[in-house]
Amino acid sequence: MSQLTDVAAPKPAPQKPNEPSQVGNVLSFLTSRLRQIGIFIALVLIVVLFQILTDGTLLQPRNVTSIVVQNAYILILAIGMVMIIIAGHIDLSVGSVVAFVGAMSGVFAVNWGWPWWASILASLVLGAVVGAWQGFWVAYVGIPAFIVTLAGMLTFRGLAQIVLNNRPITPFPDEYVAVGAGYLPDPSNGTSILEWITVALGVAATLFLVLQQVRERNARVKLGLEDEPFAWFVTKIAFIAVLVLGVTYLLASYKGTPIVLVILAALVLFYTAVMHRSIFGRHIYARGGNLNAAQLSGVNTKRVDFLLFVNMGVLAALAGIAFTARSDSALPGAGAGFELDAIAAVFIGGAAVTGGIGTVTGAMIGGLIMGVLNNGMSLLGLGTEYQSLIKGLVLLLAVAFDVFNKSRGAKASS
Amino acid sequence: MANHILEMRNITKTFPGVKALQDVSLEVTRGEVHAICGENGAGKSTLMKVLSGVYPHGTYEGDIVFEDQVVQFKDIRDSERSGIVIIHQELALSPYLSIAENIFLGNEQAKRGFIDWNKTNLEAAKLLARVGLHDNPITKISDIGVGKQQLVEIAKALSKEVKLLILDEPTAALNDEDSAHLLDLLRHLQGQGITSIIISHKLNEIKSIADSVTIIRDGRTIETLDLKRDEVSEDRIIKGMVGRDLQSRYPDRDVPIGEEVLRIEDWTVHHPLEHTRKIVDGANLNVRAGEVVGIAGLMGAGRTELAMSVFGRSYGVNISGRLYKYGKEIKAHSVGEAIEHGIAYATEDRKRYGLNLIDDIKRNVSGAALGKLAKRGWVDANREYVVANEYRKSMNIKAPSVGSITGKLSGGNQQKVVLSKWMFSGPDVLILDEPTRGIDVGAKYEIYTIINKLAAEGKAVIVISSELPELLGICDRIYALSAGRITGQLPISEATPESLMIYMTKEKE
Repeated sequence: MSQLTDVAAPKPAPQKPNEPSQVGNVLSFLTSRLRQIGIFIALVLIVVLFQILTDGTLLQPRNVTSIVVQNAYILILAIGMVMIIIAGHIDLSVGSVVAFVGAMSGVFAVNWGWPWWASILASLVLGAVVGAWQGFWVAYVGIPAFIVTLAGMLTFRGLAQIVLNNRPITPFPDEYVAVGAGYLPDPSNGTSILEWITVALGVAATLFLVLQQVRERNARVKLGLEDEPFAWFVTKIAFIAVLVLGVTYLLASYKGTPIVLVILAALVLFYTAVMHRSIFGRHIYARGGNLNAAQLSGVNTKRVDFLLFVNMGVLAALAGIAFTARSDSALPGAGAGFELDAIAAVFIGGAAVTGGIGTVTGAMIGGLIMGVLNNGMSLLGLGTEYQSLIKGLVLLLAVAFDVFNKSRGAKASS
Repeated sequence: MANHILEMRNITKTFPGVKALQDVSLEVTRGEVHAICGENGAGKSTLMKVLSGVYPHGTYEGDIVFEDQVVQFKDIRDSERSGIVIIHQELALSPYLSIAENIFLGNEQAKRGFIDWNKTNLEAAKLLARVGLHDNPITKISDIGVGKQQLVEIAKALSKEVKLLILDEPTAALNDEDSAHLLDLLRHLQGQGITSIIISHKLNEIKSIADSVTIIRDGRTIETLDLKRDEVSEDRIIKGMVGRDLQSRYPDRDVPIGEEVLRIEDWTVHHPLEHTRKIVDGANLNVRAGEVVGIAGLMGAGRTELAMSVFGRSYGVNISGRLYKYGKEIKAHSVGEAIEHGIAYATEDRKRYGLNLIDDIKRNVSGAALGKLAKRGWVDANREYVVANEYRKSMNIKAPSVGSITGKLSGGNQQKVVLSKWMFSGPDVLILDEPTRGIDVGAKYEIYTIINKLAAEGKAVIVISSELPELLGICDRIYALSAGRITGQLPISEATPESLMIYMTKEKE
């Protein structure tokens, strides 16, 4: 009777052509990952476009440094936001939390004269408390995150204004300011053409990334589960190396590595690992993909929701510190609209509105697309009205591309 | 030549890379009930989508002749204007609108742009009477059961002056009583001159209602059997569907039964919203190693609720009673604890409760026991791949790789992913709720084989099923559940559909 199983269900149509040409292989792989590669190409095209339009100003060392420093806090927020959105929530309060935490850190560091490190630590703890507050309502009371964080957007903005009495607090200690506006020390005091600590860091980072990729690939090959064509793998690695070294070169020819970039890079590495490889990360995807199925698989979804908001609170606090430090003042209006920039970055980066889909790297690229657009248009002298218009259209087109792609994929497979 | 209301001639429908239908022909006689049979993926639904205009004219080859005219439908509204109405398996009703509003959705009874509510409700009531539903037309859809919702769909079809009614798996979600009522209604409508096409997996149903049956296999028409003229057995139909004789629908099993693994004592569960209503009432049951125990019950008897409440209290409130594993009392107050105690529950609704459909096979397989693949909170993704791949091979999951998205698999393969997930959690007791619902005959056999294998490994298996022949075919012992109470227990040697039905319909004395 066992032969029944062989005949009863027709074999799936052969999906893997046996030994296609290397080129065909790479092409079919690329189409299967059109989305991830698509936004990367979009970023490159936008960079090239503005590089031409601005007669090379865009990629001048000074401007690249300022793109990094100007967008770091949005990117930090986008890390937390992509996790929240993958879980199927949203957080509208982060801009106000940036202002509130910034205000409180002003109180700690300036009004109360705490040492810079204690102020930063206390601000991060405060962010966790804010996150726990919102997480409590979302996870344990069951109020939709949209409502809880809309309320948070109003309350924390109000608190920031109350704390500051609607007047900025300034100036901050130098060490605090360095978090947002400082650079790693230059041992040559600006005498050498290339700042060598940055060069060393850039080379080390490149080696680390390449070795990491090679090690992972080797492990997969050993288990016989590699599906990435070798040519593509090499191209990818080469691209990463060129990108990192290129940015390194540009940074090193100006003032060196911004401290906030070091923080951001560490966060991206850590959270990419969390989302890919940790149980917590898996639970976030499971929760966003199918809440019921996750619960019936033993995932404590309430705890996941709660921790997600605590995490978002801490990251929002960090963004608040970076922003306050860069402006060297705690402002009642700080962070206005940041939540929307972060959310836009996440969706341009390929996350699904319904949850369950998204990546940290995608959100970073999405954030950079927005950042380069902003910067490029400012360089061209376009007013904020045009920047807003164009950013809106880019967001819409990016998501439309997704939807189109998905429906085409669904038709092909039905 | 017979009087055909519908002829589909040499329909070929191609998707990129796949020929879903190849030269399929279908002839439906006016006034008959015509069944279409075939395994999942055979092309039944595609054929009906071609017929109803979901796939518009021009996207397929071949001709559709309806009432002696070649028709070229552009969309569903187009086919509905001609009197062809399709009722899908997943009902398309809006839960917060009333019955009447749903019936006239898209066809509102309006005067000068304003809805005439009196006419809407009056006409709805007339249509409801025709389908034998006596609820008030202003009742919300969410307040009536699936059986009645099905009737509302038919009333909606009648409002469109249907000539040819297509029902896709109409009784899949219905209990026996509601199914019988629905089939009666079809006969009744037949008397009024409405032709129906019914797609169904339930062969006894087809035998009882259909005048003829067309069998489709691998996108081709195999044969059309006249059920009124010839004596056609169920096995004969199955032979057409799978392409050869099916000697036995249930594999044999010979496993020594060991010690008691799980005992449930005095288990009472209350409704999550109405805290005083007992859904499960003082249930006692046990299951032993190597044993397959069935739970039979009509819809609403509390089968799923019993299983889920045992599985980490994932259903119900004010739960009382005791659980014993290997004779020792255990506490399982959350799903996590239940899994730790070696209990697994594979849900009856795998799409809503069983799988993350947008994620791939490997991450679904590892989902209930990630801890087994992790060190200090970090998952070993390579080992995960290897583990999932082993299940893909041993469970015969048909997919190009374990990176395939589960939402794109067939029902049978999805069910195998769900079973893999629970096998990987390393359970001692598996509760399988409707393990073969919506799965074709061949895949069902595979699932039964897997159940036998689990029992042979010394696991205790509890199977909940609405299909009595299935329980009789695979269980060692069957409990009957009626209105939340266990009304009887029969060893397989004494169990028959009749004897079980007596217990299943037993009222509280």
